[in-house]
Amino acid sequence: MTTSKIGAVCVVGGGIGGMQAALDLANADFRVYLVESKPSIGGVMAQLDKTFPTNDCAMCTEAPRLVEVARHPNIRLLAFSEVEKVEGQAGRYSITVRRKCSFVDPDKCTGCGICAQHCPAGAIDAYNEKLASRRAVYLSFPQAIPRVFTLDQSVCVGCGLCKNVCGPKAIDYQLADKTETIEVGAVILAPGFELFDANNAGEIGYGRYPNVVSSLEYERIMSASGPFRGHVMRPSDGKEPKRIAFVQCVGSRDTQNNHCSSVCCMYATKHSLMTREHIHDAECSVFYIDMRAFSKGFEAYYERAKQAGVQYIRCRPSSFKDVPGTGDIQVRYNLSGKTEEKVFDLVVLSCGLSPNARVRELAGKFDVKLDDRGFCEWDLFTPVQSSREGVFICGPFAEPKDIPETVMQASAAAGEAAALLSEKRGELVTTKEFPPERDVRGEEARIGVFVCHCGTNIGGVVDVKGVAEYAATLPNVVYAGNFLYSCSTDTQEIIKQLIKEHNLNRVIVSACTPRTHEPLFQNTLREGGLNPFLFEMANIRDQCSWVHMNEPQLATKKSRDLVRMAVAKARLIEPLSAGSKAIFRDALVIGGGVAGLTAALGLADQGFVTHLVEKSDRLGGKLRRIGHLLDGTPTAPRLAELEARVLRHGRIKLYLNAEVKEVKGALGSFVSTVKTADGQAHTVEHAAIIVATGAEEWTPDSFLYGQNPAVMTQLEAGEQIGSGRFDNKTVVMIQCVGSRDEKHPYCSRICCQSAVKHALELKKRNPETQIYVLYRELRAYGHRERYYKQAREAGVMFLRFPDDRYPTVAAGANGGLRIETRDDFLGMDVAIDADFVFLSAAVEAPAQNSGLGQMMKIALNEHKFFLEAHMKLRPIDFATDGVFLAGLAHYPKTVDETISQAMGAVARASTILSKEALPLSPIVSRILDVNCDGCAYCVDPCPYKAITLVEYMYQGAVKKTVQVDETVCKGCGTCMATCPKGGCVVSGFKTDQLQAMLQAALEPG
Amino acid sequence: MSDYEPKIVAFCCNWCAYAGADLAGTSRIQYPPNVRIIRVMCSGMVHPNLIIDALTKGADGAMVCG
Repeated sequence: MTTSKIGAVCVVGGGIGGMQAALDLANADFRVYLVESKPSIGGVMAQLDKTFPTNDCAMCTEAPRLVEVARHPNIRLLAFSEVEKVEGQAGRYSITVRRKCSFVDPDKCTGCGICAQHCPAGAIDAYNEKLASRRAVYLSFPQAIPRVFTLDQSVCVGCGLCKNVCGPKAIDYQLADKTETIEVGAVILAPGFELFDANNAGEIGYGRYPNVVSSLEYERIMSASGPFRGHVMRPSDGKEPKRIAFVQCVGSRDTQNNHCSSVCCMYATKHSLMTREHIHDAECSVFYIDMRAFSKGFEAYYERAKQAGVQYIRCRPSSFKDVPGTGDIQVRYNLSGKTEEKVFDLVVLSCGLSPNARVRELAGKFDVKLDDRGFCEWDLFTPVQSSREGVFICGPFAEPKDIPETVMQASAAAGEAAALLSEKRGELVTTKEFPPERDVRGEEARIGVFVCHCGTNIGGVVDVKGVAEYAATLPNVVYAGNFLYSCSTDTQEIIKQLIKEHNLNRVIVSACTPRTHEPLFQNTLREGGLNPFLFEMANIRDQCSWVHMNEPQLATKKSRDLVRMAVAKARLIEPLSAGSKAIFRDALVIGGGVAGLTAALGLADQGFVTHLVEKSDRLGGKLRRIGHLLDGTPTAPRLAELEARVLRHGRIKLYLNAEVKEVKGALGSFVSTVKTADGQAHTVEHAAIIVATGAEEWTPDSFLYGQNPAVMTQLEAGEQIGSGRFDNKTVVMIQCVGSRDEKHPYCSRICCQSAVKHALELKKRNPETQIYVLYRELRAYGHRERYYKQAREAGVMFLRFPDDRYPTVAAGANGGLRIETRDDFLGMDVAIDADFVFLSAAVEAPAQNSGLGQMMKIALNEHKFFLEAHMKLRPIDFATDGVFLAGLAHYPKTVDETISQAMGAVARASTILSKEALPLSPIVSRILDVNCDGCAYCVDPCPYKAITLVEYMYQGAVKKTVQVDETVCKGCGTCMATCPKGGCVVSGFKTDQLQAMLQAALEPG
Repeated sequence: MSDYEPKIVAFCCNWCAYAGADLAGTSRIQYPPNVRIIRVMCSGMVHPNLIIDALTKGADGAMVCG
C-alpha cells in the first residue's frame, strides 16, 4: 500500500526556534501546527532583558516574530496544548493534541484585560520568575501571543467577578479540556531547555539567602517590564546592589552535568555590562573557569566588559555565607593558592541550560532517543535529524546553544521537513477569495468612522459616544458610530453592511493599534469590496485611554484630535495595489565545500535547479582535509557520498574552476556571470543566492613554523595522524596562534575542539603518546565539554598560559623541540621536550570576500567575515534580500554547525524559490518623473540601494531621472525626505498626507 | 502661564517608536496628554519641511522618534 504524504508539519515548542521553523515552513507553503504547552509563545527569549553581544532589547526583536506567527495564514497556533499521542510514520503522522482548558474562550477573548483588573485572587508570576505577583486570570506578558487571557485554576477562588465583567462573555467555568487530532507529514521538536534549578546547588545559598538569585531572575530584575520596572534592586530589602558576584558554571561542567551550557559566559558578561548601565559605580565580579567567548562578536564583547571595569576572577568560589543582619553574602575563594574573601550585596548564579524536565515524556511519545543526560541524540553529519525518521529537532533540545544557533537549526529542521514533503508543497494552503474591488477613483471621499469602546478599555475613560458624535461633524464623514468591540466578528459584518449602506469609500476605525489590528480591518474592507488601503486607524486606546487614565476629559479631547487627524489623512488616501513580480526559479550556490554541497543538494532535492560554483577543481573544501569529526566519525565516506550525489543530481549544474564575476538584479531576478577556467562566461538567471565561500587557515609566522618541519598547523597535523608519525611521541599543541591577538582579535572557535579531537585520536591510536595542550581559555562549549573531559581522563595534559606570555618554541636536544611555557595554575615555568608542535592557527576570512561583498551588495564585519542581517534572529539572511549565508563565510564553525546553517539557508532560500511570483508591498517609494531633475540626492541615502539614476530621451533631449526597484524598496521614505523637489513619494505616507495630519493636529479641536 | 500646555507633535517610526507608544499603552504608563503622534514607516521619511511646518503652524515642539 502506498501512503501519500501530508503537506503539513507539527512544530512542538513555540520558543524562538519553534517560531522560526514554523515561519520558514509556512512561508514555503506548508501548513503548520505550532503546539505550545504554555498559554503564550515566545519561550525563554521573551523573559530576557537584553541579548548579547549587541545589548538589543530581547522583546523588541522578538515581538515582531510573535505577531508574524499569530498573523500567518498557514500557521495554526495551538497554545496551552500538549501532545498526547503520536501514530503513523514519516510522511503521515497522526498526532493527538490535548487543548488544555483555560476557562477563557480564545475565539471570544479580545485580550482587553478587564477580567484581570477585577480578579481578587493573586498568584505568583512565573513570567517574572516568581519575583512578582499576578492575578489568577492573566496574560503572561503585555506582548503575549495569542492575546488570550488564561484562568489559572490552581488559584482561582471561583468568585465569578471576571465572568461578570467580561464584555464578550469569553469566560466560562464550564469549559473543559478538549482533544483534537492533527494530520501531518513531519514533526519538528523544539521543546527548548529549562534553566538549571539552583535549588539543586544548595551549597551556593540559593533558596536560603534571598540575595542569591538565578540568572533568569536577574534578567527580570533588570528588565523594564520586570518586577522592579527596570530599577536594579536586590530582593531582600530593595537596596540597590553595588557589589555583585556572578558565579559561572552552576549546573554546567560538573559531575552531574557534563556539558558546557554555551551561553552563560556571555550572558554574565551582558549582566555585568548592563548592571553598570543601571548603576554606574557597581562593582561586577565574574567567577569563572574558562571564559568561553567563542562566537561572533563575543571576544570583543568580553574585552569591552573588561575595559568597562568588570572583574573576571578565574576560580570557583568555595563557600557562600550570609553576613548576618545585612543581607550581604560573603564569598570565599582560592586564588593562586591564597584564600580570599569578599562581601557582595547580590550573587547572581549563571545557571546552565538543562534539558526540559518533561522532555523525556515528549521523547517517549515521539519515540526519539535521548542521551543519558536527557538531550536528544543526533549525528554530527545530520544535526537536525532525530533517531526517528520524519522527526526533526532544533535548539537546546539537542545541545545547549544560544539564540542564533537555535534559529539556524530551526531553519535547518524546516528545510529538512520541507525536503521530505516537497511534493506536497502548497497542497494544504488555502487562498481566500474576495469580491471584486469597487473602483472609487474620482469619487469624493465618503468616510465612515467606527469608534470602539473596547469594553471599558476605552469607554471607561474616553467619552466614546461623544467622539463618534464629533467625528460625524468632520468634513467628508458620512457615517460615524460607536461599537462595544469593533474587532469582534459580528462588528465586521456590521462594518461591511455599513460600507454598502452608506456607499463608504474610506473607513476609519478609532480603536487600538494598527500594528496588531490593521490587517483584520483591511480584510473586512476587502470583504466589503473596498481596497484595503482605503483604511486608517486612530489609536485612542494605546495613546489615550490607557495612558491618560486619570484625565478622562483630556483623553477624550486627544481622542477627538486623533480622529480629526485620521480624517484629514483619509480624505487624501488612495487605493493601492500590491502587484507581484514573476521570478526565476533557479538558485546560485557559491562555494563547493561542505556548506555549498549541503545547500546545493538541499535545494535540488526540493526540486529547485541549483547552480553550484566552486573556484577549485574539486569539491569538498576544507572537509577534504579533515579526517575525522570530534566523535571519531570518518569524513571520507560522507564526503564521497555528497560529491557523488551532487555529480549525478539532475538538478545541480556544477561549475568547477569557476568564479562568479558579476551579480546583477535583486531578489527573485538575479542575473549572474560565472566564468570558468576555460574562459567561458555563463549567464545564470536565479532567484536567490547562498554564499558558502568558506574561510582559510592562517599561516603562522612564529613558533618555528615554516622553519622546522616538526612544527605544523592543526589542519596539517590532522592529515598526518593516520600515518602513525606521531604515535608514541611527545606532541605539544599551542592554542590561539594568531587568534585573540592584534592580527585576529576574535576567537577562531574551532581550534580548541580540533586540539581535543586530535589529542583523543592520538591517544586512541597509542595511549603512550604524550600530549600537552597549551591554552589561554579552553573553549569546549556544548557537548564538546564531554570530549575535553575524555581527553583529560585519557591523560592529555592541559596547561594554561597567561594571555601575555605565550610559550616559546626552540630547537632542543637530539633534533627535538623545546617548549617553554608558564603554567598559570601552578604559577610555575615549565619546559617540555617534544617531538612535534601543532599550532592551532587562526581561521581568517579570504581576501576576496571584499570583492564578493561589493558584487552582491552584502556587508562584511571588521574582520571581513560576511555580516548577517541580525546577529540574533536573522543569522542566515543578509540585509540584502534573496542572499543567504552558510558556513565559515559567516564565522569559523564546526562541521555540524556548518551543515545546520547550510540546511537553514536552503529553508530560507526556498521561501523565495517556492513562489511563482513575489508579492510586492504597495507601500514603496514612487518617482514623480515630472518633479525629478535627476540630481540623484536620493541615490546614496537609500539604505536598500533601491534607487538608480537613469537617462532617457525626452523631446529630443537627455532627461535624467531615478528609478526605484520596488522589489528592493522597503518604503522607508528616506528618499522622500531627501528630495528637494517632491520627486519621491511613499504611497500611503505622502508628504501631503502627513502635512494634512499635522495641520489637523494643530487645529483647535 | 500656569495653565500653559504645550502642543507637541511626534513623528514615530512604525517599527520602533510607535511600537514603544503601544507598549506604554499596554503597560499603562501614564504620561501627559500633550503629544499627538503621526505614524510614519521610518523616521527617515520625515521631511525637514514637516518639522518647520509643525513649528510655524503652532506646535511648541516636534519630535522625530525612530
